[in-house]
Amino acid sequence: MRKLLLLSVAAIALSAAAPSNAQEIKQGGSMTVTYKDDVSTLDPAIGYDWQNWSMIKSLFDGLMDYEPGTTQLRPELAESYEISEDGTVFTFKLREGVKFHNGRELTAEDVKYSIERVVNPETQSPGAGFFGSIKGFEEASAGEAAGLSGIIVEDPYTIRFELSRPDATFLHVLALNFAHVVPKEEVEKYGADFGKHPVGSGAFRLAEWTLGQRLVFERFKDYWNIGAPKLDQIIFEVGQEPVVALLRLQNGEVDVPGDGIPPAKFIEAMNDPELKDLIIQGGQLHTGYLAMNTKIPPFDKVEVRRAVNMAINKDRIVRIINGRAVPANQPLPPTMPGYAEDYEGYPYDPEAAKALLAEAGVADGFETELYVMNTDPQPRIAQAIQQDLKAIGINASIKSLAQANVIAAGGEEDQAPMIWSGGMAWIADFPDPSNFYGPILGCEGAVPGGWNWSWYCNEELDAMAKEADAMVDPAQAEERIALWRDIYLKIMEDAPWAPIFNEERFTIRSARIGGDDSLFVDPVHIPVNYDEVYAKDVQ
Amino acid sequence: MAAYIARRLIQTVLILFGISFVTFVLLYLVPADPARQIAGRSATAETVENIREQLGLNLPFYQQYLRYLGGLVQGDLGRSYLQKTEVSALIISRLPASLLLMTGAIFCELLLGLTMGVVAALKRNTRTDDALMIASFVGVSAPQFVIGILLLYVFAVKLGWFPIGGYGTFAHLVLPSVTLGFLGAGWYARMMRSSLIDVLRQDYIRTARATGLPRTKVLFGHALPNAILPIIAMIGIDIGLFMSGIVVVESVFGWPGIGQLAWQAIQRVDIPIIMGVTLVSACAIVLGNLLADLITPLIDPRIKLR
Repeated sequence: MRKLLLLSVAAIALSAAAPSNAQEIKQGGSMTVTYKDDVSTLDPAIGYDWQNWSMIKSLFDGLMDYEPGTTQLRPELAESYEISEDGTVFTFKLREGVKFHNGRELTAEDVKYSIERVVNPETQSPGAGFFGSIKGFEEASAGEAAGLSGIIVEDPYTIRFELSRPDATFLHVLALNFAHVVPKEEVEKYGADFGKHPVGSGAFRLAEWTLGQRLVFERFKDYWNIGAPKLDQIIFEVGQEPVVALLRLQNGEVDVPGDGIPPAKFIEAMNDPELKDLIIQGGQLHTGYLAMNTKIPPFDKVEVRRAVNMAINKDRIVRIINGRAVPANQPLPPTMPGYAEDYEGYPYDPEAAKALLAEAGVADGFETELYVMNTDPQPRIAQAIQQDLKAIGINASIKSLAQANVIAAGGEEDQAPMIWSGGMAWIADFPDPSNFYGPILGCEGAVPGGWNWSWYCNEELDAMAKEADAMVDPAQAEERIALWRDIYLKIMEDAPWAPIFNEERFTIRSARIGGDDSLFVDPVHIPVNYDEVYAKDVQ
Repeated sequence: MAAYIARRLIQTVLILFGISFVTFVLLYLVPADPARQIAGRSATAETVENIREQLGLNLPFYQQYLRYLGGLVQGDLGRSYLQKTEVSALIISRLPASLLLMTGAIFCELLLGLTMGVVAALKRNTRTDDALMIASFVGVSAPQFVIGILLLYVFAVKLGWFPIGGYGTFAHLVLPSVTLGFLGAGWYARMMRSSLIDVLRQDYIRTARATGLPRTKVLFGHALPNAILPIIAMIGIDIGLFMSGIVVVESVFGWPGIGQLAWQAIQRVDIPIIMGVTLVSACAIVLGNLLADLITPLIDPRIKLR
């Protein structure tokens, strides 16, 4: 079997470059970050909020990670890896001498244990499904097998994954928090409370957690990647209103308000000469969309769905949120590979929309419901959509509910005719176009309790998606992305969504915290790449 | 006395069972699926079903409620769906902060409200009286969120006298206590004013004055102790009012109490926390009322507990 050696020159170059960077930036100093909500859990198997996502990345490591500030994959705990020609066997060589925070060395057994723990139904992990391509997943997730037969430890520093199908996204999956490595003895010691006593091998270790008040991360002195992290300490103060956090930032008490600039203060902050230079803008792997339930008439007619696409004035909606987004015309955001730049999408044309409604036999319009999450600015956006729809004769009454209730309604085939996804919209788990398909547009998501709120299921596209994800060979990468591009353009022909906008991240930091802008809008370490930013006052 | 307390405590337990039942029914009827929430957006239907089974969410309503009660009598409030922590641990960690804030608020409320009420009563039908009553009206009707932000802006941001939110020192306590107390102060001012005016008209006050007692002695020795009686009962009720106000004030000031916990849990429909906080709040309200009832006879010996 010919093996493809994938360890890139870039990765070697990077590891060589890292120490020189480290020499330039001195370690030390502290940073204060605030959040409105308490941190729920720091267990990598369970944590799935945007807030704890990057915290977990700083406490734990996985086999793979991304170049800071980019969506470029690179090995982390893995020193090198090989992929078999048929794309079903992934073999990783681990770094030697990597220590957990409790002092024990990390081995391949720990990697195996950590992934099996996520798949074990008793863990109740929201990430279990990501490992569906590993052999033995069905048995393990059903609780019939203790582990995964497809994970084989060859020696303490070599681990092999055997997949039941070729999976081009598998390296991304191993970079997810769910694949981060935990020490078995600590998990067993704390049981269900492991998430409050996290022990990993990451750049920081948890030094203090006072429930509802604050968490303190301390630099892990035995971290394998010498030179990282830059800061000695990060203090997370929780329970702080974003408006108050911004005032404290102006007062020099806070370095990063984790929840960003509150909408009510946005224009003021952007016009403030002192704050303007501290604000950083970046793209997100996010699309906000209006889902139309293809099982509920008249949305079962493609003309009606296209009409809705043409009726909505997206520029106006972007203005409603102070320009913190760009109008979208397809499911993928512009920063995602596979985004069709030359695709123009449905134009804003109410007259043509009316003609389409007439074609569908609903020339006089109809009554329907629009579900929306009840926190600002979502109801305002829904009202704008409502007005646009009214202009072509569609009378949509707004159902403004708690997030969980909207999700529950979307998961029922006959409940929600339309859902504005704001506040619950899709943000990619990893930067690959396939992550925008399965749960929200594929047949597997169109099941009771699923997230495919359009109940759109096109078996032809499902087959194409499978074909695309089987293209593991790097030589096929371009072909694969082109295939995904076609899939999304075909979806737009059927128009189960009206894509509305792609959110832009606006974040702010104090003048005493340094680091490349991209680190503060890191597409993976949202909202800040804690490992790489540094304190200017110790330089 | 002991029999009275015992009887009231038994009533308390019954009330708490009632509240737990009503809350449980309401949360049961909420069309949000906790299993779906825990499982996350990428979960398969089997995973969701599995979680539902583990949490007993597939059981009929009465079995779920009995399970909850079974835990409750053993002091087990369950485990948060999303924070994966014992609800009792979450509440216990936040209770001291809330109690401290409530004490501060009651102090501010009494100080502000009673002073305003007494002055208004003594200066009744003057401009001072009008001004104080308008101020109390504003206090009662103003949203706490607005008052909180206003106080923060003026006293913390502009003047820099107090820290901008947070918890830990006496200085942190002042602004949230004043915000929370401000609402109640309006009620107290109005109550105190009418009660004192009523008392000042009584014959025994006239008699006291006729004996040549100084004005302050008449006021503090005779009028106030009588006028303050209805206020005592109000403090108990106030604890209940504070429970709703505390959610807002704790959020604005970043105060790590149970109000904030409740708010976060409500937003995410974390049912075990909502149940737990509701029960603790109910306990506080019932015990507050009991305390008010027990203190009243100490102040006015004519009132007997039965």
